[in-house]
This record gives sequence, structure tokens and C-alpha cells, in this order.
Amino acid sequence: MLSKRERKLIAEIWEKLTPVAEDIGSDALLRMFASFPGTKTYFSHLDISSHSAHLLSHGKKIVLAIAEGAKDISQLTVTLAPLQTFHAYQLRIDPSNFKLFSHCMLVTLACHMGDDFTPVAHAAMDKYLSAFAAVLAEKYR
Amino acid sequence: MVKFTEKERSTIRAIWEKVNIDEVGPDALARVLIVYPWTERYFGTFGDIFTASAVLNNAKVVAHGKVVLKALDEAVKNMDNIKKTYAYLSRLHYEVFHVDPDNFRLLADCITIAIACKVKSALDPQVQATWKKFLSAVVDAMNSQYY
Repeated sequence: MLSKRERKLIAEIWEKLTPVAEDIGSDALLRMFASFPGTKTYFSHLDISSHSAHLLSHGKKIVLAIAEGAKDISQLTVTLAPLQTFHAYQLRIDPSNFKLFSHCMLVTLACHMGDDFTPVAHAAMDKYLSAFAAVLAEKYR
Repeated sequence: MVKFTEKERSTIRAIWEKVNIDEVGPDALARVLIVYPWTERYFGTFGDIFTASAVLNNAKVVAHGKVVLKALDEAVKNMDNIKKTYAYLSRLHYEVFHVDPDNFRLLADCITIAIACKVKSALDPQVQATWKKFLSAVVDAMNSQYY
């Protein structure tokens, strides 16, 4: 459960990261591919090497979706409805992978924000990403 | 048994050299207690650890954080023998502290994030993957005496 203060903090952080969505997104993806090679199996049709156009655009897409959801966390199910359908019926990514990506996103944020990624920000972000992943997986079954 | 290449060993040592145990230890333990509040159950003697600010101002959390990270130093020094090095600690956490071993994974994640905050770009994706391999070996070793 995210408190009002946490929701505000999350919205602020993602608003600041939107201009660098490409960097943040591609960094998190690269970390996930390096630490969890099994996740690469979902990207066999793309060039996911560092700095590739596919990686940058894909990373940007993901971060913008996360940032959009952060604007009003109470409306997550509404905001993510199209992505829920997409992930459940077309992408069919095993939802256990969302956890892996979330962890790598936390590391990306820590490297990017340094000491500004305080334990409180870390906790709020972990909660938000968990909620995001849970909503994303809602239509799977 | 986990095998580390020469490159992996030097990567792990290089990151570890950048870690100030007295800073990262307390930060990592504070993150565990703040991000995963149910872990409070294991620290009944620590006093007030029920809010983020209480955790961040708790002297026992600071002291114990240092203890935990000093133990990780043993693993860095004994990379080929982590299981044996940690057998005693594993047994202790099982028989005496009754710690759910899933918590070792949570602590490992928080240690990585605490280090990331300090070293930033030095923990690039490849380095992170190597560091994760090392911490996974430590987590396995901590699980090894649970039976």
C-alpha cells in the first residue's frame, strides 16, 4: 500500500526521469539481460546490444509507461488496460520476469540517483514497481 | 561448487575495494528493514525499528550492519570456499535465529543497491552480473545448513 507521501515522491521521481527515459530504460534492460540471461529469449527478434536503436526505443517505451502510471497510481488498472491485454495475449511474458526487471530498474535508479535514492525512496519505488507488475499480469488468467 | 574466472575475481575485488563497510553495512541493513518491514521480526532486541526514521537513527542497526558486511569480507577473501566459510553462520541463522532463508536474497539485493548508490557507474551491467554471481554463492552458502 502506497501512502500519499509515497505516491507524490514516486510521481516526482518519474517526472524528473522522463527526459532521460531512453537512458534509464536501456540501462535497466541491459542489466537484466546481463544478470538474467533467460530474459533475452523474449528479444530474439531485436538487436539488444548496448546503444542499439532497438534497445533505446524499447527502454524508452517501458520507462514512459512506468512514468505515465506514476502520474496517478490510484488509476493504474485504467492506465494499464491496453498494456495488460498486450502482455497477456500477445507478448505472454512469464510474469516472474517482471520481478527481475524491477530489481534491475532499482539498481539503475540507485546508480543514477546515488544518495538521493534513499531507503525511503527505495521502499516506495519497490512498492510501486510491484504494484505495476501485478496490474500488468492481471489479465493473464 | 561455484567457479570464478580470474576476471570475475578481480571484478568482485575491485568493487569490494570501493565499499566502505561502515557506511554500506548500516545502509544495506536499514534498507532491508525499511523496504521489507516484516524482517523486523528478527530484531526484537533492537528497540524502535518500526518507522523509517527510527531505523535510520538506530545505533543497533548501524552496529549490526557493520557486522554483516564484515562477514561478507570473509567471503571475498575465500571465494573458492564460500560454503565452508559460511557453514557456521548458516547453521546459526537456522538453529538459533530461525531466519527464513528467503531473507538472505532480500539482504543481497539491498547490499547491491546500497553499493550502487555509492559507486554509481562503476557498477555497470556486466559488473553487476558478476557481483550477483558472487552474492548468489553467498546466499546458497547461507542456505546450505538448513535441513
